[in-house]
Amino acid sequence: MANYSTNEFKAGLKIMLDGEPCNILENEYVKPGKGQAFNRVKIRKLISGKVLEKTFRSGESVEGADVLDTELAYLYTDGEFYHFMNNETFEQIAADEKAVGDSIKWLVENDVCVITLWNGTPITVTPPNFVELEITETDPGLKGDTAGTGGKPATLTTGAVVRVPLFVQTGEVIKVDTRSGEYASRAQK
Amino acid sequence: MNDWQPTSSHDSRIARANLLRSIRDFFYTRDVLEVETPLLSSGTVTDEHLDGFHTRFNYSQDGKPVDLYLQTSPEFAMKRLLCDQSGAIYQICKAFRHEGEGRWHNPEFTMLEWYRPGFDHHALMQEVDALLIETLGTDTGEIVSYQDVFKSRLGIDPLTTTDEMLLAKMADCNIDISSPEKLDKDSKLQLLFAMEIEPVIGQERPCFVFGFPASQASLARINTQDSRTADRFEVYFKGAELANGFHELSDASEQKQRFEQDNEKRRNNGQTEKPIDTRLLSALKSGLPQCAGVALGIDRLLMLKIGASHIQEVLNFPVSRA
Repeated sequence: MANYSTNEFKAGLKIMLDGEPCNILENEYVKPGKGQAFNRVKIRKLISGKVLEKTFRSGESVEGADVLDTELAYLYTDGEFYHFMNNETFEQIAADEKAVGDSIKWLVENDVCVITLWNGTPITVTPPNFVELEITETDPGLKGDTAGTGGKPATLTTGAVVRVPLFVQTGEVIKVDTRSGEYASRAQK
Repeated sequence: MNDWQPTSSHDSRIARANLLRSIRDFFYTRDVLEVETPLLSSGTVTDEHLDGFHTRFNYSQDGKPVDLYLQTSPEFAMKRLLCDQSGAIYQICKAFRHEGEGRWHNPEFTMLEWYRPGFDHHALMQEVDALLIETLGTDTGEIVSYQDVFKSRLGIDPLTTTDEMLLAKMADCNIDISSPEKLDKDSKLQLLFAMEIEPVIGQERPCFVFGFPASQASLARINTQDSRTADRFEVYFKGAELANGFHELSDASEQKQRFEQDNEKRRNNGQTEKPIDTRLLSALKSGLPQCAGVALGIDRLLMLKIGASHIQEVLNFPVSRA
């Protein structure tokens, strides 16, 4: 993998740090009028998810990380692995539970997710921003309530629990924002 | 691509024009003469942390191609004018540094530099303060020594501290730096200063810091009372390093020695040595009047004036669109 000089640092660049692939979130160039220049970067470690700050002397070079984002459709789980498929090449890739992480509750068959590969192995799975899931259980609400004040918890087919307005009933399909985990609307038929 | 378009607003252009006019008024009423000097020079800075752009000139009088450098500041040429009894002078010009872009940085920028025969750095700090009051409408600035600000903010005496204490302090401040053993003592001080002190001083009113360590003297005199410090000051306001000034070193042989030491550092670092400005040294030998000088970044001043958060907002075409 290529090395990157600090001059090439920018948000989105993937580099290796302490043996772990990282994504640069922010890069700030710090240069006193007289003296050494530095790059202060905010970095997300892609496996642990930790965000940290690191300082480099300007002009230093750092090993790049072979990290690739790829769009794959979710197929099924065999209990141990989660299987995804490239809809164009039909190539299949299996991600383990660690890579799927919290996204597990938003995996819907045939939904296209972003799978981040490091040296060809999935390290993170990012679901679409919105998914549609059926409610398996929620308290019956009062008819005619449209204000959505307070709402009530609803369990979805994947086991996820979200707050929904009182008028939404068991068996209905709803649209959820996966970034916030919040109810967005009833699904369009 | 829309990269033909300027990154600035028209309002920022009007603000720049007004700012330049008020600066010229300021110096006109104080009898300081506006001058021009060449942007291209045969000599250049030797400082290991500064690099100039250079180009080849194929039409020199002796027929041999020569390297010419774009100035990193107009300091050397303006000092030659002072040695020729110019009296108080100022210049507004472009300066160039071969380095990266950033929130406060563009490799080509506009500089205001002025010199005051008969002033020391304390008198010049007062005048910089007056300029900021007039152009930015600031309150009277705070003046503090480098040693005091370091002690009060970080609990370290920068003049007696050790490499080990600085490394421990960096760890305390969560400054996680790759290969810290490669940083010399001054770089550690500068890093701590840039990350822990600069962002907090000069928030309400400009902060003048004077008495930098002698090892960071640059072209300033060493202080006669405390030889551990140099008669150099910097001005900070709202997170910007706005100006750098000196009670100017006038001793030609000491100046020559500093240039040579810089080049020795460059050799040791594996950097190319830089041609020393011999015309400056000849001028100093003929006699530089006792004076103080300061360089102030106009683009940064304008950023503060209009509340811009990135230098691109005040430059029509930053280097990425040049």
